[in-house]
Amino acid sequence: MASVDSIYGLFSDFRSADRGLKDLQAAGVRADKIVVMSPEPFEEYEFARADRKTPMPWIAAAGGLIGGVSGYLLAWYTQVAYPSRIMSGGMPLVSKWPSGIVTYELTMLGAILTTVITLLITARLLHWRFDIYDPEVSYGKILIGVVDPSTDMRSEFEQRLLGAGAEKIKGTGRFSTF
Amino acid sequence: MATKTPEQINEDLLRPLSVVTPKYFLVLGFFLAVVIVAGAAFGHQVYAGLGVTGLNRPVYWAFYITNFVFWIGLSHAGTLISAILRLSNATWRRPVTRCAEVITVFSLSIGASFPLIHLGRPWLAFWLIPYPSERGIWPNIRSPLLWDFFAINTYLIGSVTFLLLPMLPDFALIRDRATGARKRIYRILALGWRGTPRQWHRLETAMHIMAIAIIPVAVSVHSIVSWDFAMAPVPMWHSTIFAPYFVAGAIFSGIAALIIAMAGLRKFLHLEEYLKPVHFENLGKLLLVMSLLWFYFVFSERLTGWYGNEKYEMSVFWVTQRGSFSPLFWTMVFCNFILPAPILAIKKLRTITGTVIASIGVVIGMWLERFLIIVPSLSHKYLPYSWGSYRPSVTEILITAGTFAAMAMLYMLFAKVVPIISVWELKGGEALEHEPSEAILATTEAGARAG
Repeated sequence: MASVDSIYGLFSDFRSADRGLKDLQAAGVRADKIVVMSPEPFEEYEFARADRKTPMPWIAAAGGLIGGVSGYLLAWYTQVAYPSRIMSGGMPLVSKWPSGIVTYELTMLGAILTTVITLLITARLLHWRFDIYDPEVSYGKILIGVVDPSTDMRSEFEQRLLGAGAEKIKGTGRFSTF
Repeated sequence: MATKTPEQINEDLLRPLSVVTPKYFLVLGFFLAVVIVAGAAFGHQVYAGLGVTGLNRPVYWAFYITNFVFWIGLSHAGTLISAILRLSNATWRRPVTRCAEVITVFSLSIGASFPLIHLGRPWLAFWLIPYPSERGIWPNIRSPLLWDFFAINTYLIGSVTFLLLPMLPDFALIRDRATGARKRIYRILALGWRGTPRQWHRLETAMHIMAIAIIPVAVSVHSIVSWDFAMAPVPMWHSTIFAPYFVAGAIFSGIAALIIAMAGLRKFLHLEEYLKPVHFENLGKLLLVMSLLWFYFVFSERLTGWYGNEKYEMSVFWVTQRGSFSPLFWTMVFCNFILPAPILAIKKLRTITGTVIASIGVVIGMWLERFLIIVPSLSHKYLPYSWGSYRPSVTEILITAGTFAAMAMLYMLFAKVVPIISVWELKGGEALEHEPSEAILATTEAGARAG
């Protein structure tokens, strides 16, 4: 399954998982080498607090702006592009209030669609091949591990994860014999 | 439920996906039969034309448009209520939100199909799509019917994504437990969900943004539906109060539909430990508020009309108060206010049974309200010689019954494919409930370090 080498521990409670993460950090493992997976958000805990900066709200706002401009242009062009310039009884051909409704709806649609697209991209979804994953995460376990550890550090990481309260230690790639 | 472990929650909420009883097929078959009969009735209408309906001049909108407004209103059960509860961080929402969001998606789809059913030539429905073309039909941006197109589609797309996004972790849960073809299907549906902190954070951020965006969209949808009427100089339609009146009515019927759906799920899927009396009580309180608000709107509208004493308005006013439509009008008042208000106001009566009885009344009452907004006004317009009457045909009744059956059928099928209660949200609520001090401590420590 996995082309990536990793060692990870499966924890059954958040406190141990938190300890496991801190122990790995104390061992000098870089943040980008640590992998965490959990069955719930657990955003109150340190182990689940990494990687929280996202431009998603700004992208959604920009999407709304683009949607709104597109909506107004659609409403405007639809009204002016009619072949024979329909009679409007002395009223302006492009009606501002009704065009505002179309503009509003497409503003919201733009914001919604860009939010979804941003989620798919920034959450790295739509990748169906997992380098590291354990189905036990779905069963309620918390996975804390190290990606691409050096062979000589293997036993230290294993000891630290077990010491923190990991119920099982597993591995992928070169370490998949665990 | 305080003693439930995550594994027990998994078992309880995923059980309905794997257990299918003969009774389930029997009920599903019944609803499917009604849908097929309705489909045949629609086929007959397409073949023979709209003459098979009771529509006539001047009553050119009746059952179908009543159903359109009713189902669009019912759709406010889900996404709007769910979004409000999410943003207000109401902890009791966790077992409720998905039940509600599903109602939105299905009832909105059913509601949106009614303008097509109402078209004499539904195969030309694409003419409704507003784009400049050479076909000689001007897409009239000034028409509220065209605003419906934008509003309903925006709300439908928003509601579908609002429903689907929080389902990803649950799809992953099913994927990890399933085998064979089922595993492959859920693997695709889970979109590669693994549960990394990044994925959780992005999902929660997206849901927050969606909740903020979907509330004004929901309000706009039913406002625009009300403007289908209020923009026309028809007696009792041309009213500034219509938009908020419709929105309030939509939320009112939506909550009622949600209570009925939850009671059904609770009983048939044995979710007694998850959909608890407190959920019905809280929704019952909301329903009571909406019942009072509905009465306020009706009273305000009627009082203003009566004081205005404008003769064309009064002809519609009196035909509903004491004329041929009065039995329907007073039934509506009974179902929407006289029945539910005392049941929901008295704590002892605000039980599961009590809230369901009140809700059934409200759903009936709100359907009648939609009918009474449309038909009496059209049948009693300005010139008495053009007054008419309306009687629904068998075709219209069958198609209407078919949409109710379709709603029930879709809901039953959905509950067999997806956990009807969000598993991860429920477990998250349990974790917070059991470990609040730890959570607060961790947050405080993290805050102190950041500071």
